[in-house]
Amino acid sequence: MEVPVPKEKWTGSIGEMELGASQEKGGSRRSLRLGGSKGLPFLSFEDPANRTVALAGFVADSLEDVPSPVKKAFGEAVNDPVRWAVAWKEKGADLICLHLTSTNPEEKDVSPEEAAATVMAVMKAVELPLIVYGSGHAEKDVKVLEKVGEAAKGERLLLGQAEEGGYKSIAAAAMANGHAVVGFSNLDINLAKQIVILLTDYGVGRGDVVIDPLMAALGMGLEYSYSVNERIRISALSGDSMLQVPMICDCVSSWKAREATDEVPHAGDTLERGIWWESTTALAALLSGADILVLGHPEAMEIAKEAVKGLRGDA
Amino acid sequence: MATAIEIFKHLPKKNCGDCKFPTCLAFAMQLANNKAKLDDCPHLSEAGRTALASSSAPPIHLIKVGSGKNVVDLGDETELYRHDKRFFHPAAFALRIADDLGEDDLYKRLSYARSLRFERVGQVLKLDMLELECRSGNAEIFAAFVKKVASETELPLVLRAKQAAVMSAAASMIKDRRPLLHGADASNVKEMCAVAKACACPLAVGADDLNALAEMVEAARKEGVEDIVLDPRPTGLKDLLERCTIIRRSAIRKTFRGLGYPIYLSIPAGRDGILMASTAIMKYGSLLSFEDLPAANAMPLMVLRQNIYTDPQVPIQVKPDLYPVNNPGPESPLLFTTNFSLTFFTVMSDLEKSKVPVWLQVVDTEGLSVLTAYSAGKLTPESVKNALLATGAMERSKIGTLVIPGMVARMAIKLNEATGLQIIVGPKESSGLPKFLRS
Ligand code: B12
Ligand code: SF4
Repeated sequence: MEVPVPKEKWTGSIGEMELGASQEKGGSRRSLRLGGSKGLPFLSFEDPANRTVALAGFVADSLEDVPSPVKKAFGEAVNDPVRWAVAWKEKGADLICLHLTSTNPEEKDVSPEEAAATVMAVMKAVELPLIVYGSGHAEKDVKVLEKVGEAAKGERLLLGQAEEGGYKSIAAAAMANGHAVVGFSNLDINLAKQIVILLTDYGVGRGDVVIDPLMAALGMGLEYSYSVNERIRISALSGDSMLQVPMICDCVSSWKAREATDEVPHAGDTLERGIWWESTTALAALLSGADILVLGHPEAMEIAKEAVKGLRGDA
Repeated sequence: MATAIEIFKHLPKKNCGDCKFPTCLAFAMQLANNKAKLDDCPHLSEAGRTALASSSAPPIHLIKVGSGKNVVDLGDETELYRHDKRFFHPAAFALRIADDLGEDDLYKRLSYARSLRFERVGQVLKLDMLELECRSGNAEIFAAFVKKVASETELPLVLRAKQAAVMSAAASMIKDRRPLLHGADASNVKEMCAVAKACACPLAVGADDLNALAEMVEAARKEGVEDIVLDPRPTGLKDLLERCTIIRRSAIRKTFRGLGYPIYLSIPAGRDGILMASTAIMKYGSLLSFEDLPAANAMPLMVLRQNIYTDPQVPIQVKPDLYPVNNPGPESPLLFTTNFSLTFFTVMSDLEKSKVPVWLQVVDTEGLSVLTAYSAGKLTPESVKNALLATGAMERSKIGTLVIPGMVARMAIKLNEATGLQIIVGPKESSGLPKFLRS
């Protein structure tokens, strides 16, 4: 008996983009192709192209906000973003996600120049593409990312992040130097679309935008993210051009969920549970549409890698 | 449910209005939206009724396993995506126990199964079933084993055996418990169907590809078995995702009717198994039978299931009220939080840890967390004040202060104006409360 395969007739697809510029393209790194999906995640009968998902290793240049199991996993290397990034490369990360948290004026207040030097040092040590964030301090981030953008001109970084309340300077920093930019929005499909509209109206190419719809961790609102991501992807495939951009999901926040690592009777080893907390969040992101995952713990990276392989059928 | 036009074809077309709708077409439209019942039309012909009853059957059958108070509902889902409405019957977790275990190991395994139970945001997350597997190949051994385990547990059961004779011996003994029988395949379908019918139990049918699976379903139905569960036997993650998606879509979109049953998945031990289980929770699994379910995996999987199966329209919430914690008196401090379950239970557990007697006012924020509620304008000086007045909180705690969540320090001045209470800004994270309250 022949069971017909119920394919959805999608009219749209996710735009393709490249991160990291190779030597031919004026940079010095490996380049990575993203996006291009023509169907819902990992359904080869809808999208035989077998797309990939890029796995980014989380690195910060200051340790205030770094979950302690993540610090432990990398040992001494966490005190130096360069060594930390190198460790990620050895562990098979596709790209590095560097947070310049040291620039926060309420903490170490490191200067934009120094921060840019850190970025350049990391780039010299690993030839992987880079995602670079400031510290989350709106005014300072503008200055930091401007400097970083200039210093790394032509390397095709992904700069984070542009928000509805303030996106122009970071968009400008990206445009002037050939970088791409993360458009952040808060768990809402309309806001996700809004930030893409704002960015593209301002002049950023649609092929230079990655959206971050905020991946809430397991037990911390994962269900909202799962559905928002899924709706974004479905709208994009149904033809909404403003949502036809790759999606980034940060899973490191999983370690902030207390249940991930609190002592709970009968809930097993806390480290093991924490790793699965992050991995489960990652899997929900994968199945709801992520094109880039940011991961904190190396074992969560390993598990996510296995998941992507398994879902693509090349395990 | 069929479309209004399909339904309309089978109606009497008298437009008499006895169904309380002006025309048959209007009635058909209400039926299509599940807003009316077939019985509301008194003039329906027998043929029309049969045709409509079958087309209004749920796209995925509801299969009940277990008896009395201990029943697990499988299937009866209506959506492909949870945001379209919701997913209804959370994937059931079963732990597999084989009949070749020694006495000691068996009891260890049973007590382990009982220990897999967590309370979270006011709900109980737990193992739902046990699957008893025949590895001995011996009907007597298996039957004795099933009987023993059945007397030790009230959980609904799955019986797993390859030979119908073995299954029959065990199933007939506990048929009142209505176990799921696993299962039929091409080698034994007739015999297994006979056992399922004799015991009036649901039957799992399995095959290595979906075409063969659809044939198995048809074969079982020909034998008169209606309570069917599908085992699509995926060999890996890709297979699992794709087969489950095809089954669910065929049923919901009605492109193929023969696979409208809940999905059973056998979950192997190890990392791959856990990834398969997580995928199955999000993508349409109804019953996951774990070869092994380590404690460190059980909780994330159960929380994932809880997350995915919450109603997208209604966050899990608690009753807005004044809660006494650690036996407070008039001299005890007053604090407030929101009625989002996650927020409430996190704060509550930290307050209990502190052992300091306090009054906790829970403000109705329609189930939103502190910052979300604040941003949405549902946690305002006014709403806090009204909550305090409604419960008489200021008469219970007489010291004239109010401790507020650190995240909404911005509210302090307006709150002071609104309530006359002295506002003390608490820590941002409630984990800081024990230390904060003791000082
Ligand atoms: C899940 C989520 C949602 C869900 C709702 C979940 C829910 N039921 O509340 C949805 C998708 C609906 C949502 C919507 C919005 N959200 Co929202 N959301 C989140 C998210 C990811 C998690 C919130 C959560 O569950 N936290 C966990 C609970 C336990 O935290 P909590 O209630 O704050 O409790 C803690 C503390 O406050 C403290 N505490 C609690 N009570 C008390 C009491 C005392 C006395 C003390 C001392 C301490 C204390 O202890 C608790 C544990 O640490 C956060 C980001 C994040 N990762 O935190 C954003 C976040 C809260 N949302 C935000 C916003 C802006 C919104 C929206 C306005 C945006 C929009 N899309 O329009 C809407 C508003 C809702 C609406 N219009 O209906 C912002 C708030 C910004 C701000 N700083 O004010 C946040 C911080 C995201 C961000 N970084 O921008 N959101
Ligand atoms: S009662 Fe029946 S026949 Fe009369 S209008 Fe309603 S559907 Fe038509």
